[in-house]
Amino acid sequence: MSERRAITLSINGKDHTVTIEPRRTLVDVIRDDCGQTGTHIGCEHGVCGACTVLIDGEPVRSCLMFAVQAAGHSIRTVEGLQQGERLHPMQEAFMRHHALQCGFCTPGFLMLAIGVLEKRPDLDGQELVDIISSNLCRCTGYENIIKAVRAAAADMKARA
Amino acid sequence: MKPASFTYHAPTSVDEAVTLLAKWGPQDGRILAGGQSLVPIMAFRMAQPAHLIDINGIAELSRIAVEDGVLSIGACVRHAAFDTDAVPGTTGALLRKVVRNIAHYPIRTRGTFCGSVAHADPASEWCCVMAALDGIVVLRSHRGVRRLRADEFCQGAMVTALAEDELLVAAELPLLREGTRTGFAEFSRRKGDFAIAMALVAYQLGHGVMVEPRLAIGGAESRARRLPQAEDALRGRAPGAAAFADAGEAAAAVIEPMEDINNTAAYRRSLVRTLLQRALEGAQ
Repeated sequence: MSERRAITLSINGKDHTVTIEPRRTLVDVIRDDCGQTGTHIGCEHGVCGACTVLIDGEPVRSCLMFAVQAAGHSIRTVEGLQQGERLHPMQEAFMRHHALQCGFCTPGFLMLAIGVLEKRPDLDGQELVDIISSNLCRCTGYENIIKAVRAAAADMKARA
Repeated sequence: MKPASFTYHAPTSVDEAVTLLAKWGPQDGRILAGGQSLVPIMAFRMAQPAHLIDINGIAELSRIAVEDGVLSIGACVRHAAFDTDAVPGTTGALLRKVVRNIAHYPIRTRGTFCGSVAHADPASEWCCVMAALDGIVVLRSHRGVRRLRADEFCQGAMVTALAEDELLVAAELPLLREGTRTGFAEFSRRKGDFAIAMALVAYQLGHGVMVEPRLAIGGAESRARRLPQAEDALRGRAPGAAAFADAGEAAAAVIEPMEDINNTAAYRRSLVRTLLQRALEGAQ
């Protein structure tokens, strides 16, 4: 076994100091060691996108990073979206447009869409569809996910 | 689906990384850059490196520079950097056309140009760019610096000339002359999948005919390469359907396509013919 090391992960503005092996992926540590189980693990090899989180504002697959690499960076997960009683516009839009059935892929889609739209609020059309195709939804709710993301884009701009 | 144990090293300078590589490279040490290919391979336990040398903390490797007509891309420059106006002119426009074909957005925020070149997957878009433009890789080790042309470096599917103690510190692309027309086309069954074949073209117009044509394919053979026979079909002719069709035929005739369970050699030949024409038709 390789040597464990103590690292501090900043998840949604809160520091979590954990002692882990370097081989542990970020998503495993977020869930198992930091107790933030909103981020889901799907394929564990970067294909499905269920584990998408924001690192310094950029959507990344947290199964394709080692947790030791995320120390010193800002991590945002689905748990950080709700502000008090108020859901994020993306979460509201997913509810309103029925953009989930089983919900397993939802945290990944939320973080992907929010990460992209925070950088490029006017994104739309085929480019937006291409970006949404990054993640897999096996209930095949893509049409409603696209509708929800488009609606949320407008809401995010209105709230900004 | 969990990577095996390894010892983690996080150098903060190239010198330090090269020193670590000299020591650990021969003992199954590997460089970790974007990790978008290496980490899945480790998750499948197809690779179980004993040491990982993470170069993400080396600030000097995140640079894109243009000097003396050459674009230099540091080892930690992410794919996503090419979806911006970071690279000027015709070369920047070409790289923007290509980059959106690479995997998916959250992969492009993390994966690197040089990592893709070092990994040498036959379907790597950047390997195709390096072949088409006769790019150079800069390899550093404690023994010194080597500079290899793309076709010397990339030897086959995931086989390169990289020595176990060498770090690919940068890739260099000669800038295309302004006014060069470029086109790129690839095919995969789903958006973001590995391409079954791709084609990249660049040419200039002189007195109404194509001069200095560059034409490379990727994904179809075990490595990306230029196709001189297909370039010959373009040189000195007016751009148009006849020349483009001849180039497509020439390419389809000379390639030695890979075969797999879904894609026969004949299918890849047909794809190359079509994609080359599409890239030429779309070139601007």
